[in-house]
Amino acid sequence: MKRESWIRTAFQKLFRNKLATVCFVILIIEFILIIFADKFAPIDPNLTNVADRLRPGFWDKMNPKYMPEHWLGTDELGRDVWSRLLHGGQVSLAVGFIATFIGLVFGTFFGLLAGYYKRLDNIIMRFMDVLFTFPGVLLALLIVAMLGVSTRNATIAISIWAIPSFARMIRGRVLQIKQEEYITAIQSLGATNFWIIAKHILINAMPTIIVIATMRIAGSILSIATLSFLGVGVPVPQAEWGGMISSAKTQMYKAPNLIIVPGIAIIITVICFNILGDKLRDILDPNLKD
Amino acid sequence: MEREKVLDVKNLYAVFKIQKKEYEVLHDISFDVHRNETVCIVGESGCGKSVTTLCVMGLLPKNGRVISGSIEVDGTDLTKLSANEVRKFRGKKMGMIFQEPMTALNPLLTIGYQLRENLMLHRLVDKKTADKMAVEYLTKVGIANPESRLKQYPFQLSGGLRQRVLIAMVLSAQPDLLIADEPTTALDVTIQKQVLSLLNGLKKDMNAGIMFITHDLGVVAEIADKVVVLYAGRKVEEGSAQQVFNDPRHPYTVGLMKAVPNVDKDEFVIEPIPGMFPNITEEIPGCRFNPRCAYTKQCPLCTKEAPEMLEVEPGHFVACHLVKENAQ
Repeated sequence: MKRESWIRTAFQKLFRNKLATVCFVILIIEFILIIFADKFAPIDPNLTNVADRLRPGFWDKMNPKYMPEHWLGTDELGRDVWSRLLHGGQVSLAVGFIATFIGLVFGTFFGLLAGYYKRLDNIIMRFMDVLFTFPGVLLALLIVAMLGVSTRNATIAISIWAIPSFARMIRGRVLQIKQEEYITAIQSLGATNFWIIAKHILINAMPTIIVIATMRIAGSILSIATLSFLGVGVPVPQAEWGGMISSAKTQMYKAPNLIIVPGIAIIITVICFNILGDKLRDILDPNLKD
Repeated sequence: MEREKVLDVKNLYAVFKIQKKEYEVLHDISFDVHRNETVCIVGESGCGKSVTTLCVMGLLPKNGRVISGSIEVDGTDLTKLSANEVRKFRGKKMGMIFQEPMTALNPLLTIGYQLRENLMLHRLVDKKTADKMAVEYLTKVGIANPESRLKQYPFQLSGGLRQRVLIAMVLSAQPDLLIADEPTTALDVTIQKQVLSLLNGLKKDMNAGIMFITHDLGVVAEIADKVVVLYAGRKVEEGSAQQVFNDPRHPYTVGLMKAVPNVDKDEFVIEPIPGMFPNITEEIPGCRFNPRCAYTKQCPLCTKEAPEMLEVEPGHFVACHLVKENAQ
């Protein structure tokens, strides 16, 4: 019999689903474009050119103001939208992934402890409830207000925002896994609590963690865009999707494309991550298995 | 011949807390297991068989607690040790085989990984040696082409194979005491037979003691050297397998024997024990078996006083007023 890892089985199942495959492919293309932004959009995203302000994009090719090198047009300062979109995406994705990762590490840590040790459960989960009571954006605003506006601080804020939802979901899963007989069996073989948590419970909680993380990346990307839009996320002139929308507000009627283009980028990314997360849950969650 | 004791349980009392009230689940349980000996603990569901194993393993659930008595494994009293010290005894000194082989292995790790992990913990060997030893142990428990099995996940194995893997895992730590909690209940009869003879063989090989929990008297007859009969958290009879099978004294044991279908006889009748097994919350004065016992009416003491253990013949103990009266 051939050795089959559950990760590979999961991918096989994922590609059997058309919608999930499409989302996966879109995200891969997006990642490639964004990671190699300098290749695909060689124009400096911060290069202003007052002469070329508010050029239309490819949808208005007949317009004499259209310039083929700015195929998505330019913004109110004459910066190339395509270049800003890709370079801004770097920030969005980086913050999305890093914040999710930090939230994941701490959330998983707290969730594992709370689920395994009954004594810690109340202390940890009540603290998480306190974090939960703040509306997400408000909490992030509060943290940024305390730490000061910078990309790093926005990332920290979004990480903290992500912790309680991770902790809560993973605690629930741990409570379930703890009841399984193999945990008792491993205990009866003399394994330490640390080893049981770090190996046996964690690996069984992994599917849950992957699913929440995928969903959470979308949330984090949305959060950084929101914070930038509010002016407390990524500082100007650094390009960022939320910031692009924010600065284009003034031109909303003259050039709505400046809002629509980054808006579409955010929507596509978030929807793709969410659908992917949703399908992954169907595949990985043992409770939903057919 | 006096063999070394691997397990010596003395006057064990345990309670469970249910809704802030403590109920006694084990009352004055004593028995011992020697090397190269199989002790079967027999009784209905809920009589305290599994709780006894959990007490010995130190794996009682949070609401359970040992109040008094001692559990000596290789001469060390586990009830006096801290949780962490008891953990060091688990695996090394005593290993446990579970009832459900389907759920007792981590589904996401390979057989090889789980065996290796255990070997590295208890035998302090490196990865390569552990792999080699894993193959040895799988061969020992009768698994064909062990090398390829190591790479498989639990779901790829049948119930009988998984139980063998679990036995291999327990054995690989070389425990002196093997605790088997109905290890054959979930298996079909042919596999059951194989697993039993495997355990019997291993007992001799490893010179270990086996504490075997079951409610299947057929299994008891096949494997037991000594039998301990529990009823509602109390020991009612203890003796060698021959004594208990050929000459059961306690009315409950007699009832159990009658409740086994006997295909050899012409009349195929099962005689059930009347009444219901008492709930843990029920308080029964006197002998706990008295509401279901046919002789209660003949003996006024049964509903008043708990019977004491009486040695009716060497090594054969019974706790019953009636037996005591007849003996006098």
